[in-house]
Amino acid sequence: IRKRRLDDETLQDLEDILVQADLGVETAVRITERLARDRYDKEIDDAELREVLASEITGVLEPVARPLEIDGARRPHVVLVVGVNGSGKTTTIGKLAAKFRADGKSVVLGAGDTFRAAAIEQLKIWGERTGSTVVARPQGSDASGLAFDALKLAREQNADLLMLDTAGRLQNKANLMAELEKIVRVLRKQDETAPHTVLLVLDATTGQNAMNQVEIFTQVAGVTGLVMTKLDGTARGGILVAIAARHGLPVHAIGVGEGIDDLQPFEAKEFARAIVGETITEAGDDAA
Amino acid sequence: MFDSLQERLSGILDTLTRRGALTEADVSAALREVRRALLEADVALDVVRDFVETVRERAVGANVVKSVTPGQMVVKIVHDTLVETLGSDARPIDLNAAPPVAIMMVGLQGSGKTTTTAKIAKRLTERGRSKVLMASLDTRRPAAQEQLKILGEQVSVDTLPIVAGQSPVQIAQRAMQAARLGGYDVVLLDTAGRQFVDEALMAEMVEIEKATDPHEVLLVADALTGQDAVNLARAFDERLSLTGIVLTRLDGDGRGGAALSMRAVTGKPIKLAGVGEKLDELEEFHPERIANRILGM
Ligand SMILES: Nc1nc2c(ncn2[C@@H]2O[C@H](COP(=O)(O)OP(=O)(O)OP(=O)(O)O)[C@@H](O)[C@H]2O)c(=O)[nH]1
Ligand SMILES: Nc1nc2c(ncn2[C@@H]2O[C@H](COP(=O)(O)OP(=O)(O)OP(=O)(O)O)[C@@H](O)[C@H]2O)c(=O)[nH]1
Ligand SMILES: [K+]
Ligand SMILES: [Mg+2]
Ligand SMILES: [Mg+2]
Repeated sequence: IRKRRLDDETLQDLEDILVQADLGVETAVRITERLARDRYDKEIDDAELREVLASEITGVLEPVARPLEIDGARRPHVVLVVGVNGSGKTTTIGKLAAKFRADGKSVVLGAGDTFRAAAIEQLKIWGERTGSTVVARPQGSDASGLAFDALKLAREQNADLLMLDTAGRLQNKANLMAELEKIVRVLRKQDETAPHTVLLVLDATTGQNAMNQVEIFTQVAGVTGLVMTKLDGTARGGILVAIAARHGLPVHAIGVGEGIDDLQPFEAKEFARAIVGETITEAGDDAA
Repeated sequence: MFDSLQERLSGILDTLTRRGALTEADVSAALREVRRALLEADVALDVVRDFVETVRERAVGANVVKSVTPGQMVVKIVHDTLVETLGSDARPIDLNAAPPVAIMMVGLQGSGKTTTTAKIAKRLTERGRSKVLMASLDTRRPAAQEQLKILGEQVSVDTLPIVAGQSPVQIAQRAMQAARLGGYDVVLLDTAGRQFVDEALMAEMVEIEKATDPHEVLLVADALTGQDAVNLARAFDERLSLTGIVLTRLDGDGRGGAALSMRAVTGKPIKLAGVGEKLDELEEFHPERIANRILGM
């Protein structure tokens, strides 16, 4: 077994690994510094190094690893799904619907993306796949009007769950963000406690901008939890560590593919291990 | 908030000048700030390393150490090197081939391929007065073919009729044939999004390329991409004869470091930039602007 000294060079290699997983420089430095605190200049073998680094990261992520819980007293429990363009909102709604349907819950989906071409058709297909009712209006209709209809119908049907899809929007577009505020306002006209969950869907391939997404969507729409998609590629989604450290928002699930079953619970330890990778020494050597 | 590199470097270097001459160590300290700024802008680590070395050589050659305003000088070197790497030459889409000229669009899921396909079709139709056919080879994403059909109606560009049950390669062949018979100048092939670790889908993509012999193969990538940009650009470039990159979501407030990463590892030009969801929101790529963004200027 190769041993190496936990010196400045090794620490730099570790920091590089974290940067390459998108944790961002600041968070990467903070984590490696913590590692160095009690172990600086000690001999350490690769497996052990990997373990301690992963456990530092796990420590940050553990508190936010919480499944999405539906309040049975709410009929319906309203989930508003938001995020930037193409992050995986509609697909995630489909996957979640499948999961709740399998638990025997009745699900209504609101086709709140009235903007993008075929967004409504896309959600309708997910509705068919999962046996969920889909409420839609023609493309180009007002999204908050649709939200109102969807909640009305879900209440009439005494549904367990309403999931409301929204059009993708970049967080720096004030007019589009204002539209989200309006959707929330309209929902509250019927149920002042709604939405009960506001889910922000993040794409794992996104770099440092994801932090900004969390901040602005939280300010505008009151995000209560996160899902990270596209973790079936080589992107590690490390920005989630920085987000967890700063905001402590629950991470409910991860997307690992396009299929209906490709949604997994967020496991802090597993996620941390994937960030650290298989072999630290090799990664470090490669990078040097 | 992020301080622009300018401020950070003046902070480090210009106060040192007042103390007297700069040393090589001071230059190294400045380059560490450059490295950090680039990483914060999502430039991939390997690319940052090479870039910083180039800047170091140029800084030594330019004798920054003796300069009166070394901060400004380093920023200028960084900026110019960025613009140069990003490609100062505008490269439009090349249609110089026997019609029908095929243009194949590839990329990760959700990067903006379908939207960009329609944007390019609109542009070629209106500006180049080409007769354009669009075909969706995406049999995977729910309502993907429907999406392109609707976009075609919006921009008044023909789309290949949807036939259920065909494979992407079969659709591609049908598109080429329809284009020949219909006297089209250009065929835009919109493909399904794919992860490059998905070997079956990567092989399928290669088959589509073989079947259609596209004159342009464009990688459509999200400007908000992080460190994975190098892996993705490299992987697509290895499997296909990529001719260029289209960067989408430049209307966001991302720092756009992915542009540098992808350009550096593939050497392929960034041909166009998506700057919105609307179908006229497509622009020439401006290296200057991205350089400023990366530097927070
Ligand atoms: N590989 C992979 N692809 C995914 C995952 N989640 C979603 N996708 C794909 O990403 C693309 C975009 O997904 P959508 O669900 O349409 O994203 P969206 O956020 O609703 O997009 P807009 O409504 O256009 O903003 C589709 O091709 C999905 O199949 C995932 O976890 N892994
Ligand atoms: N803000 C912004 N949104 C964009 C841009 N280009 C595309 N989009 C949006 O990004 C989302 C995904 O775009 P699509 O064209 O469906 O992406 P795709 O690559 O075809 O997706 P898949 O086929 O699922 O892989 C949609 O909501 C588009 O409106 C852009 O330049 N700026
Ligand atoms: K990532
Ligand atoms: Mg959607
Ligand atoms: Mg598409």
